Amino acid sequence: MSQEDNLRATRAEEAQSGGKNRQREDRRDVAVPALGFKDSLRFAWRQLTSMRTALMLLLLLAVAAVPGSLFPQRPAGPEIVNQYLEDNPVQGEWLDRFQMFDVYSSVWFSAIYILLFVSLIGCVLPRAAKHAKDLRSAPPRTPRRLNRLPEYGKVVLESTGPSPRDAVAEAARILKKRGYRTDIREEPDGGASVGAERGYVREIGNIFFHLSLIGVLAFMAVGGLLSYSGQKIIVEGEGFANTLVAYDSFTPGSAFSEDRLEPFSMTLDGFEAVFDRESETHYGQPLDFTAHMTVQEGTDGEATQQDLKVNHPFDIGGTRVYLVGNGYAPEVTVRDGNGDIAFQGPVVAQVQDQLYTSLMVIKAPDAQPEQLGFVGFFLPTAYTGEDGVAVSIDPELYEPELNLNSYYGDLGLDDGEPQNVYVLDTDNLTELNNRDLESGGITLSPGESYDLPEGKGSISFDGVQRYVGLDIHHDPGKWGVGFFAVLALVSLGVSLFVRRRRVWVRSATGPDGSTMVEYGLLARGEDFGLREENVSLRRQFEKAWPVVAPEDDPDNRQTASSTAGTTGATENRPE
Amino acid sequence: MQSINLQLASYSDLFMLIAALVYAAAFIVFAIDMATSSKTIRILEAELAAESGASGDASAAAQRREQLVGAGVVGQEPAAGSSATVTGRGGTGEKTGAGNTDQNLVDEDMAYLGTTRRPAANVAVALMVISVLLHAFAVIARGVSANRVPWGNMYEFCTTGALLVAAVYLLFLIRKDLRFLGTFVSGLVVVMMCAATMGFPTPIAHLQPALQSPWIVIHVSVAVLASALFGLTCAMSVLQLLQHRREARLRTGGEGKPAFMRLVPSAFSLENWSYRINAVGFVMWTFTLIAGAIWAEAAWGRYWGWDTKEVWTFVIWVVYAGYLHARATRGWTGDRAAWLSIIGFACLVFNFTIVNTYFPGLHSYAGIPE
Ligand code: HEM
Repeated sequence: MSQEDNLRATRAEEAQSGGKNRQREDRRDVAVPALGFKDSLRFAWRQLTSMRTALMLLLLLAVAAVPGSLFPQRPAGPEIVNQYLEDNPVQGEWLDRFQMFDVYSSVWFSAIYILLFVSLIGCVLPRAAKHAKDLRSAPPRTPRRLNRLPEYGKVVLESTGPSPRDAVAEAARILKKRGYRTDIREEPDGGASVGAERGYVREIGNIFFHLSLIGVLAFMAVGGLLSYSGQKIIVEGEGFANTLVAYDSFTPGSAFSEDRLEPFSMTLDGFEAVFDRESETHYGQPLDFTAHMTVQEGTDGEATQQDLKVNHPFDIGGTRVYLVGNGYAPEVTVRDGNGDIAFQGPVVAQVQDQLYTSLMVIKAPDAQPEQLGFVGFFLPTAYTGEDGVAVSIDPELYEPELNLNSYYGDLGLDDGEPQNVYVLDTDNLTELNNRDLESGGITLSPGESYDLPEGKGSISFDGVQRYVGLDIHHDPGKWGVGFFAVLALVSLGVSLFVRRRRVWVRSATGPDGSTMVEYGLLARGEDFGLREENVSLRRQFEKAWPVVAPEDDPDNRQTASSTAGTTGATENRPE
Repeated sequence: MQSINLQLASYSDLFMLIAALVYAAAFIVFAIDMATSSKTIRILEAELAAESGASGDASAAAQRREQLVGAGVVGQEPAAGSSATVTGRGGTGEKTGAGNTDQNLVDEDMAYLGTTRRPAANVAVALMVISVLLHAFAVIARGVSANRVPWGNMYEFCTTGALLVAAVYLLFLIRKDLRFLGTFVSGLVVVMMCAATMGFPTPIAHLQPALQSPWIVIHVSVAVLASALFGLTCAMSVLQLLQHRREARLRTGGEGKPAFMRLVPSAFSLENWSYRINAVGFVMWTFTLIAGAIWAEAAWGRYWGWDTKEVWTFVIWVVYAGYLHARATRGWTGDRAAWLSIIGFACLVFNFTIVNTYFPGLHSYAGIPE
């Protein structure tokens, strides 16, 4: 019950005095008078910065975020979006029109959160100004009738007790010790009173929380400007230098320039993967990946050997390098129809499943007289079932095997259009080898080689290297985001759990000449512990002064009885 | 990497099943308590009447009645202040109205009242205690057998989550009389245990490299704890809605059915308590979000990428932020706030079940074997 009273009393109090916001809100709902332009603007601004609008925008934001989880998003993977558009041409086009594939940078999503933040600023700044004034002013004047407050108590002192003025001074001391700011005043009818308030940081917490959210957003924007990220695949023995041309793919922030790239280079010396060999149910599950690297900071720094692991990125001058993938790169040599080497080296094979079944595409555009292309699978541990189809049965290199089809003709590379290296465009190619053709597919173990039909050339499988997929990120905005996120968390805790309450204690000389002390408590905002505070205060007063047992004192009944549920034992001493 | 103790893991599986069965028993007994509540109430009322007749003013019953009168007085006064006191909660008359027509059998602060004797509910609580102990053993054994925290896949999140729901509930029970929530809580726990053991049973295994990080301990444990709190408040919000309807019926002279609701505190009290718990849950969820972002930065290089799982974590966060705002917005307290609390938990369940299993994303650690 105490809570109910608090809320009501608080709201009543705020409506009467400080709570202009709520009052304003009320008035607004009642009538919308004919307004001039300036007034209309003010009216719109008030609407925008009202709690109700904030709530609506919040709920709208929650709803608006959902489509981003239902449809593929361009920033996460443009290929999947293109695939989706191909599979659903009509629906996809409409969805694209409504920016459903770029939800988080869409006009409508941005509109919602920008409005929300404008509303937030419009809401919080006036609050901050008001609170700054509150902080500098004394606790509010003592209400005339303390027993109207949600928590109220009264003690009558023995005749040996202090005078009203001393009692109030003592009460102020007690309150101060409990963290209240106090202000002692004379009362018109002779006695004295003290007004006390505590928990000012609650409001500060609330303001800081909301402002921190702006900080988070601002630094996310900074990140959007200054960050960059890129991907690079490195095969064992190969290196990478942090220059634009070295990346496989690169996404710059809007204010990126190439001289922002931190100079460093690194080489993959070796890669180790550990797979579970004990578990029956999870046999072959990866347990540990380690990339042994040599890293050189700057252009002439000292080269050091370091291990890169998942969840443990390198940090090179604020640029972070992450191990995000790995796989096999079979080494092959392709000779053309003339017997010249048309391609030689490791080919990065795309891992398709947990067993490292890997997709291989080899393009030999230099082959003469016809260009050559190969598509197929690399299997680290090949097993050929009864149907004659080879599959991988283990991620480790126990029985490596290449299964390829071959093509000759025009690879389509000569017109200068960029091509995906992992896709062979077979439109202008003629099939040479395929399981379904007379020539059959190509099956190679390490060290073997195969002569293509019609004297088109040959291919040999020379060995297997491993590769790692690296993500390289630089985002100077993240520190600001992190700082404000943590600040938001801390101030949220303060705002929700610090209690803001007021206490007034008034003392006067009673009709029989003894000193009477009455006090009332009021919570500002949500406060569920007001009754406990009442009880604690009472106990302190009883310790400080010789208190007359409040037998049958009618004013005390309410407090005493309503405390029966929780704190009856301490409160109802007389009974 | 240290080998897995398969013996201990199989004990864990066994105890998980036993715990689930005992929870189911607790659920049944709670349900019986609920079904027979009209009888309990009659006995209670008889006792109250006898007591107040016997010992006058000092008796608990009389005090409670007096309390109601007091509430009326205090509640009415601010109404004189201004129209702003109307908080969308049906005004000041409501509480008093409900109190007058319907004798109070429970405390508004959910404290234990010595008078309430509910043998069935007590048996159910005892069963809950036993099953929590068995369950705790199962969860800990799971972790010990693999030398890691027992929340590496959906089976483990779900069993650990169920344990926390039950344990948090029992912890609250020490101080507060939340027995009225028993059917809901034990029901929820039974559902979670069934989902885990039947829906996504997963044999024990080591963690994959992506999950091997200290952040799994921090991020997931707080997430699961927050979910447990949100689960409790969701149940309270559902009861709040029911109680609110019932109070409205009572005020217009209607019937106060179902009888069980008389053992449930007032809608107002439920709202306050779920607000307090939701506030704690929200801070924890905020922490989860931030810790998740830090982990994502350490694992993938970006702290936020709108991955499906991240989207839904954000949606849940915003819904509960909306809930907190609703409590401060005129016309949005009471029923509407309760709905937001329920929607928030629904999103949470959706995030855990559907998003984990059907939505592709980086967080695909459901670990459900094909
Ligand atoms: C990005 C959007 C926002 C978020 C995520 C947010 C979140 C929150 C949260 C979690 C609380 C409860 C904790 C506390 O009391 O500090 C809160 C309280 C509050 N917010 Fe916001 N808020 C947002 C925008 C706004 C806006 C636009 C306004 C003003 C129109 C506003 C006004 C308030 C007020 C007045 C409170 C205190 C409520 C009370 O008295 O209990 N907030 N907000």
